Amino acid sequence: MIAFNKYYNHFNLISTILIICSLILLVFKGLNFGIDFKGGTLIELRSSDSKINVSSLRDKFSQMNLGDVSVKKFGNDTDYLIKFENKDNKKNIIEEIKINLDKSFGNNFNFRRVENVGPKVSAELLKSGVIAISLSLAIMLFYIWIRFEWQFSLGAILALFHDVIVTLGVFSLFSLEINLSIIAAVLTIVGYSMNDTVVIFDRIRENLRKYSDIKIFELTNISINETLSRTIITSVTTLLALLAIYFFGGEILKGFSLAMILGVVFGTYSSIYIANTVLVRLRVSQKTVLKEDDQI
Amino acid sequence: MLYFSKLRIIFITLFSFLFIAIASSNLFKIDDDFFDKKINLGLDLQGGSYLLLEIDNAPVIEQKLQNLTTTIRNYFKDQNIKINNIKIEGENIFFNVDDQSKQIIIDTFTDENSDINPYYPRFKSHQLNIEDTGVNLKVNFSKQGIITLKTSSQDQAIEIVRRRIDEVGTNEPNILKRGNNRILVELPGLDDPMRVKSLLGKTANLTFRFVTNNENDSFGVEKLKYEDGIDEAIVSKRIIISGDNLLDAQPKMDTQTNQTIVSFSLDRVGAKRFGKATSTGIGKQLAIVLDGKIISAPVIRDTIASGSGQISGGFTFQSATDLALLLRSGALPAPLDIIEERTVGPDLGQDSIDAGMIALAIGFLLVIIFMFVKYKVFGLITNITLIINLFILLGILTLFEATLTLPGIAGIILTVGMAVDANVLIFERIKEELKDEKNNIVAFDSGYIKSRTAIIDANITTLLAAIILFFMGSGPIKGFSVTLGIGIFTTLFSVYFIARLFTSLYVSKNRNKENLI
Repeated sequence: MIAFNKYYNHFNLISTILIICSLILLVFKGLNFGIDFKGGTLIELRSSDSKINVSSLRDKFSQMNLGDVSVKKFGNDTDYLIKFENKDNKKNIIEEIKINLDKSFGNNFNFRRVENVGPKVSAELLKSGVIAISLSLAIMLFYIWIRFEWQFSLGAILALFHDVIVTLGVFSLFSLEINLSIIAAVLTIVGYSMNDTVVIFDRIRENLRKYSDIKIFELTNISINETLSRTIITSVTTLLALLAIYFFGGEILKGFSLAMILGVVFGTYSSIYIANTVLVRLRVSQKTVLKEDDQI
Repeated sequence: MLYFSKLRIIFITLFSFLFIAIASSNLFKIDDDFFDKKINLGLDLQGGSYLLLEIDNAPVIEQKLQNLTTTIRNYFKDQNIKINNIKIEGENIFFNVDDQSKQIIIDTFTDENSDINPYYPRFKSHQLNIEDTGVNLKVNFSKQGIITLKTSSQDQAIEIVRRRIDEVGTNEPNILKRGNNRILVELPGLDDPMRVKSLLGKTANLTFRFVTNNENDSFGVEKLKYEDGIDEAIVSKRIIISGDNLLDAQPKMDTQTNQTIVSFSLDRVGAKRFGKATSTGIGKQLAIVLDGKIISAPVIRDTIASGSGQISGGFTFQSATDLALLLRSGALPAPLDIIEERTVGPDLGQDSIDAGMIALAIGFLLVIIFMFVKYKVFGLITNITLIINLFILLGILTLFEATLTLPGIAGIILTVGMAVDANVLIFERIKEELKDEKNNIVAFDSGYIKSRTAIIDANITTLLAAIILFFMGSGPIKGFSVTLGIGIFTTLFSVYFIARLFTSLYVSKNRNKENLI
C-alpha cells in the first residue's frame, strides 16, 4: 500500500501555489484568445515554392496594411498560418491578399483554410463558452450533491476548479491559443476529472459504512489504494488515445489534445490530492454517511 | 449477473451484427435510398464554406418610416386633420397636430381595427406605438412590430439567398434561419467561395432613373457615384422601373461593339413604363443604378416598346454573368453582412481525414496492446468488445446520418480510451472479491454488482458534459459532443451485454481455475 496520505499537506501546499500562480497569470498575462473569441481573420496557406520562407512572407504581409499580422509556420515547412485583426471587417480582404501574393511570389499558394469571425460573433462565442463551462460546473455540483453528502461535493468541485484553473494557467504561461476546441476540451476535462473523483468517493463511502473504527485520514488512503490500479489503467489508456491524437491527428487538433492531456494528468492528481484532503479536513466520519442513509 | 438466456444471446449477437453491417455500409454503394445511409462528413473534413449572414435591418426600418410619414399625412388629410412638422429622428416619427385632433389620432392608432396600425391579436400588440410627448406626437415600432418586420425580411432574404446559391449550382447547400436576423449557409465542396461571398454581399437593388440637372425635381434628387467611384451624376429619385419588373436577365455578347452586356426583358407593367419613359425622354440620360451606384447612364435615342433592353458597363463575361444572376434572383430586402466565415479547402479536409484515421488506428492499437498485456484473456475480451463498440458507434452515426467532424473523430478516439474504464472497474473489483471468495462465479457476480454505481456515476458525469457541449457548441464542436455522447451509450451496452456475455462463457468453463484474472 502506498502512503498517499503522508503527502496530503505537501501537495495541498503545492496545489495552492499552482492555483495562485495560475490566477496571477490569468489576471495579469491573460489568455491568448484565438480569432474565435477575439475576432479577426485566419488564413492557412500552403506554398508550392520552396524558396518562399516565413520572413519573406512576413515582410509581404506587413506591407499589406492589415494591422497587427502574425505569420507562423504551421506543422511542416510549406504551411503557414496567418492571423490578423481585420478591424474594418473589409469584405474582399482575402481576394486582395490573393492578388498581392500572386504579384510578389507568383501563383504558388493554396488557401487551405480561411476563417473570418466578426466582432459580434466572437463576443457571442466567448459568452457562450463561458456559460458552457460555468453551466457544466454547476450541473456537476448539482449531480454530486444529490449523489453524495455536501462534504463530498465540496471536495469534487474544488478538484474540478483546480483542474480547470491550472490547465488554463498552463495555456496562459505558454501563450497557447484558446479557441472553440479548447472549450470542448475543458468541458471534457470537467467530465473526466469528475469521473475519476466519483470512483474514489464511491469507494470511500462504501468503506465508511464498512469500518467504523478507521479514521478518515487512513480510510481515504485505503480507498485510493484499492482503486489505484483502475485509476492508473484508465488514465493510461485515455492518455494513449490522446497522445495518438496529439502526434498523429494533425495540427488542428494539437491544442485540443494538449489541453485534454493536461486535464487528464491534473484530473488524476486532483482526485487523489485535493478531493480526498477536503474530506479529511472536514472530518468526514461514518456518521456523515449514516445520517444521510437515515434520511432516505 | 452471469447467467444469459439463449434468447438474450441471440439478441445480442444479432444486434451486434446488425450494427457491424450498418457501419460497413459506409464502404459500399447501395442503390436503395432506404438502405443507402452514410455518415455525413462535416465541412472541415470534406471541404466547403460555412457562412453566417446578418441582415442589416436599419435601412428597412428607415424605409418603412419614410413610407409611414407619407401614409400618416395622406390618411389624416382625408379626415381633414393637418399634420405639421412631420420628421424622422432615429427610429421615431414626430409630428404636431392641433389639440382637438390629438385624441382622434391616438384613438386611430390604438384601435384594434385600425387601418394604418395593424394589430397582432396573437401578441396583443400593435405594430406601432404612439405617445404624446407634450410637445408633439411620437410614433415608433413596437417591440412586436420590429420582430414582425425582422422575421419578414429574414423570410424574404432566405428565399433570395437560396435562389442565388441554387443558380451557382453547388451541391446540397444547407440554408437555415438563425434567430430572427441571421441566415446560416453551409456550402459543401465549394470551388470558389469568393464568388458566392460576393454574390451574397450584394443587395442587387436595381433601378432605372433619369439623370437630371434640375435640382427642383418634385420627387427629389440625389448625387450618385459611378461604379468607378470617381464620376458623379445627379439622379432623380423617381423610379422608372426597378428590379421587380424584370422577367429575365442574361449575359450576352454585343456583336456590334464586341462588348459583354446583360440583356433583360420586362414584365407587362415594366414594359409599359419603360416604353413611356423612353418615348418622352428621348435625348435624356437614363441612369441604371445598382445598390446606389450608377452602372451606366446611356442616352435614350429611340422609344423602346418591346419591353426588353440591355445594360452595358464595361463588364467582363464573369461580372455580366453574376449581374444577370443577381437580377434574375431578385433583390434582397436589406443588405447582408457576412459576420462569420469558415472555409476549408478540399485538400486540407482530406489531410484531416487521413490524420484522424491514422490517429484512430494508432490510439486503438495502443489501447488494445496495453489491455492485452495487462489482462490477458480478459484483455482480449475487452478488446473484442472495444471493436464491436466502435462498430456500433459508427453504425449509430450511420443510421442517423450524423455529421462527422474532425473533433468528432477525436471524440471517437477518446471514447476508445475511456471505454475500457468500465471493464477495468469491473475486473479490478472482481480481483478484490477473489481475495476472500473462493468461488469464481460468486466473485464475478459480486464484482459486476458492486462496481455498478461507480460505473454509472462515472458515465453520467461525462454524458452531462457532452450534453452541455451539444447545446452550447457550434459546428465541429457539436460533432465532438455527438460522438462522445453516443459513445457512452454504446460503451455501456457493450460492457454490460457483450463483454459480460464473453466473461460469463469463459468463467463458467473455468469455474474451478485458480488465479482466473
